[in-house]
Amino acid sequence: MKRTRETNALVSIGIVGLVVLFAAPQSLELFAVISLTTAVSLAILALSLGLIWGYGGILCFGQTAFFGIGAYAYAIAALNFGGSSSAILVAILVAAAVAAILGYFMFYGRLSDVYLAVITLTLTLILYSVIRRTSGPEYKIGIAKLGGFNGINVPPINYPWDSNHFLFPEQVFYVAMVALLGSYFLCVWLTKSHFGRVSMSIRENEVRTELLGYDVRLYKLCMFTVGGAIAGLGGIMFANSIGRITPDVFNLYNAALAIIWVIIGGRGTLIGPIFGALVLFYLTSFLGQQSVVNINLFLGLVLIIFVLVVPRGIVPSVVQMWDRRRSRRMTARSARKFRRRGRTRVKEGGLEE
Amino acid sequence: MRSNVVLETRGLSMHFGGVVAVDRVDFSLRENELRCLIGPNGAGKSTFFKCLTAQLRPTAGDVVIRDFNVTGSESHQVARMGVGIKTQVPNVFDGLDVEENIWLSASQSTSVKRARVITTEVIDRLELGDVRKTQLGSLAHGQRQLVELGMVLAGEPWLVILDEPTAGMTQDEVVRTAEIIQEINRSATMIVVEHDMQFIRMIARKVTVFHQGRILIEGAMDEVSSDERVREVYLGQRKSA
Repeated sequence: MKRTRETNALVSIGIVGLVVLFAAPQSLELFAVISLTTAVSLAILALSLGLIWGYGGILCFGQTAFFGIGAYAYAIAALNFGGSSSAILVAILVAAAVAAILGYFMFYGRLSDVYLAVITLTLTLILYSVIRRTSGPEYKIGIAKLGGFNGINVPPINYPWDSNHFLFPEQVFYVAMVALLGSYFLCVWLTKSHFGRVSMSIRENEVRTELLGYDVRLYKLCMFTVGGAIAGLGGIMFANSIGRITPDVFNLYNAALAIIWVIIGGRGTLIGPIFGALVLFYLTSFLGQQSVVNINLFLGLVLIIFVLVVPRGIVPSVVQMWDRRRSRRMTARSARKFRRRGRTRVKEGGLEE
Repeated sequence: MRSNVVLETRGLSMHFGGVVAVDRVDFSLRENELRCLIGPNGAGKSTFFKCLTAQLRPTAGDVVIRDFNVTGSESHQVARMGVGIKTQVPNVFDGLDVEENIWLSASQSTSVKRARVITTEVIDRLELGDVRKTQLGSLAHGQRQLVELGMVLAGEPWLVILDEPTAGMTQDEVVRTAEIIQEINRSATMIVVEHDMQFIRMIARKVTVFHQGRILIEGAMDEVSSDERVREVYLGQRKSA
């Protein structure tokens, strides 16, 4: 019963995703499509953090580091290669490799959770200040100038292996949406696999998992690396939607924002973080248009309210409420049925007499 | 005779700062033995246990399991040699259900298909069928201990090391656990760390008594319990308590 409900949920998520994928560019204005692409790229970042934090138990405070590295690596590679196809692969690999190297030292050094959060946050802040200082023309990789705080102009994605035809913004949206759906179902598959189940057991009890004979360090490293790769993919789509990548992607604000998306959307689910990212993205851009409330103040307030009132996040709370209502309705229905049956029995009895 | 020694420590010592928890212990265990480690609180049993299972790296000396020196190995490597380990505090996955807990243990060493078969077997054997789908966190303490024993069984170990398996159990559960331990012993060598003397009497054949980080005496249960020094150690503790 539970399994079929899960399948139903996955199928409906897939259908909603496909509807958005095809309907959005048809029905929205160009500007709205571009901003939706940005939102989708951020949702991929949220998903990657939802995977490693919610399922792997790894609190990475600097998931934006891999997101930004993906974006920068894509821009630099695309400029140097003169095309985007292999640049996408390179960017994902670079993000994954950085995650793997950092993860190796953190997990094989057996750092505790708090240090892990601090180190990942430090990584993204170091990248922020280093790349901000690369304004001079001498800071370049191949032909790509890093551009300091002005960032790099990102060459758009082109047709596969055909660098003369660039994708239109609508087509970039298709790619981003496919990337989101693809990574989402990859994560779903991963969490259902033996690897995912062991990862969840590590989240539950690290000592026990180790005493069962699982190499906890290796599992965490793999989880972290996959998370880095997905965040990198999100970064690529982000760079493409904005058309420019700046060091701001590495700043403290964005690092914290990713955590907030996951908390609000719901840790321990995969759709929750995606949902959280989309909702907050549109909420902040809506609030950005007015000047009554300070956005940061508002975000802080939302976070505090969620931590206090809805600590599990939107999606798990809604699912729980739904379950309760349904079970209440079911018991009400069966009670009614029971009463009715009782009444007919009495009637029948009466007839016999 | 030497050949069937499956676990051995040589001059094993563990110091915490100035405190010597385990002091040059030479210990050996033969195949199919059921050995109980007893001793008053602070005798060094649990530290010794943690050194055996590589949760602690000893200050000096070696731990040898089946002619393989595991000193400096990781816990998971010891577990992978076919050693089933149960810690003192129930170490279970509270957020997962009973079946998942046992399955995770079974699927470490075997295929997913066979793991499912083993899981069902273990659940039947421990009569946990009624709570199969219940989250561990909502079970009673004794049941969680039982599930942890099930997790040890599901790994199909040849050597089983248990640290205080009856801690916090009711009398019935203790009797039940004693039966299970004797059953496990039919196919596996065992070390049981305990301080519940009644329980030890139910299962023990050979007993090793720890006192102040050293082995005080080793022998059959009757022999040990009639020993003057052992009485002193236990009674002395009782007097002070």
